[in-house]
Amino acid sequence: MTEGQLLSLAQQVVSGLSAGSIYALLALALVLIYQSTDVVNFAQGELAMFTTFIAFTLLTWYGVPFVPAVALTLVFAFVLGYLIERIVIRPVEDAPVLSVVIVTLGLYSIFNSVAGWVWGYVPKGFPSPISGGTIRFAGLTVGLLDLWILGCALVIMVLLHLFLHRTTLGIAMRATAHNRTAARLVGIPVGRMLSLGWGLSAVLGAIAGMLAAPKIFLEPNMMAAVLLYAFAGAVLGGLTSPFGAIAGGLMVGVVENLLGALVATELKAGLAFFMILAVLVVRPQGLFGTAYRRKV
Amino acid sequence: MLRLEGVSAAYGRIQALRGVSLEVPAGSIVALLGANGAGKTTTLRVISGLLRPTGGAVYFEGRRIDRLPAEAIVRLGVSHVPEGRQVFAELTVGENLILGAYARRDRQKIPADLDRVFGLFPVLRERRKQPAGTLSGGEQQMLAIGRALMARPRLLLLDEPSLGLAPMVVREIFRTIRRINSEGTTVLLVEQDANLALQVARFAYVLQTGQVVLSGPAAELRQNEAVRRSYLGY
Repeated sequence: MTEGQLLSLAQQVVSGLSAGSIYALLALALVLIYQSTDVVNFAQGELAMFTTFIAFTLLTWYGVPFVPAVALTLVFAFVLGYLIERIVIRPVEDAPVLSVVIVTLGLYSIFNSVAGWVWGYVPKGFPSPISGGTIRFAGLTVGLLDLWILGCALVIMVLLHLFLHRTTLGIAMRATAHNRTAARLVGIPVGRMLSLGWGLSAVLGAIAGMLAAPKIFLEPNMMAAVLLYAFAGAVLGGLTSPFGAIAGGLMVGVVENLLGALVATELKAGLAFFMILAVLVVRPQGLFGTAYRRKV
Repeated sequence: MLRLEGVSAAYGRIQALRGVSLEVPAGSIVALLGANGAGKTTTLRVISGLLRPTGGAVYFEGRRIDRLPAEAIVRLGVSHVPEGRQVFAELTVGENLILGAYARRDRQKIPADLDRVFGLFPVLRERRKQPAGTLSGGEQQMLAIGRALMARPRLLLLDEPSLGLAPMVVREIFRTIRRINSEGTTVLLVEQDANLALQVARFAYVLQTGQVVLSGPAAELRQNEAVRRSYLGY
């Protein structure tokens, strides 16, 4: 392999990490919800898309500056996630798994069609504080946007980790996810923790959506493929491990990019399903997850 | 301090308690005895708010608590150490203890209480950074009790603290239970091992198929022919 080929491979890895960091954020959102409520939230991607449209509306229709627009969007996402858990998910909490799956698929469809109705299906550009320039580093030409996405995602992950491990509220949320009865016994309001978890997941999704939008354009179906890769990442890392979700998401991004560059772009679409299947057959608990046990 | 008046409870259509009345005076250790399935654990679950009774009433310090959610009951000063410890296995010992104080408003007093728990169970201090799931059964029981104490309860509900533990560990835990009581915490103790329970308790109730069939001072129950035959084995 020549030096040129090696360099182009390294560049593919970097842009794979950038895409992967978005999958990782969404996978993290999926895992947070799955851990605490045993629900696989198929609407996670559509929530991200919808909240990204909210940011778009604030930015372009109302001319709100970037930072306040993002902040307002995150608040909106949190409230939306919180209310969805409280109003839609709580009543079906003890229903069979299939009913809950149908409910989240229903949410998927609702958000998708409402977005289409309000904003239409024509792809829109989404502003980003970092434009499309490149930077040369150690012989590599790296897109500034890719670095921006990767950097933001990493900062968010660190903040989330600190929240979940260093604050009493975060520790209480983890405790609730692991053992609800014990959580009630120490006086943790379990219902509120579950709502908070959904709110937090929606915030992660909104960030993923806003980071992805400048790259893949804004339209109601923008998150469909991203969600699929995020699922692949979450399953790869093990649905029970936040760390696994991050590692899995990044891996999926890199493999996807390398496959597209080295073999054929057409194969990318099948890759997510192939990875999900392979993991489920070889190591169902994922690379970092613990073996599945039913919560009682 | 705690009074149950004709409490009934059910799991679905299975009646678990049928009109249980009992009283726990402040400062005492009261034992709840009975065979498996007699309703001992259910009684504790009703008191701590995990299970809503179908009839009767529960009073704590004169206040009716049987309609309150579990977190409100903890805040009033009732802590429940459940059957099978139920520590947060994936969280560290330190995190478990911090969460024990979750319902409290006086955050600045938490370090002092942490020291108190470490004083009662020095092994927990050594294991502070370890996931609770890696502790031995006895250490997990100590952690479960320590976590409950972090809420500064005035009434401590203990469900089978001796279950599955080596005799030496059981002795140590019961010594600590006595000490906790002597420092001012009232205890309601559910215990399979009637011998052990009647040694530490001042007063005891015997449950059978969801009803109180016998009650009295521990010393008297120890002499009671029926208790001896059914629960003490001599």
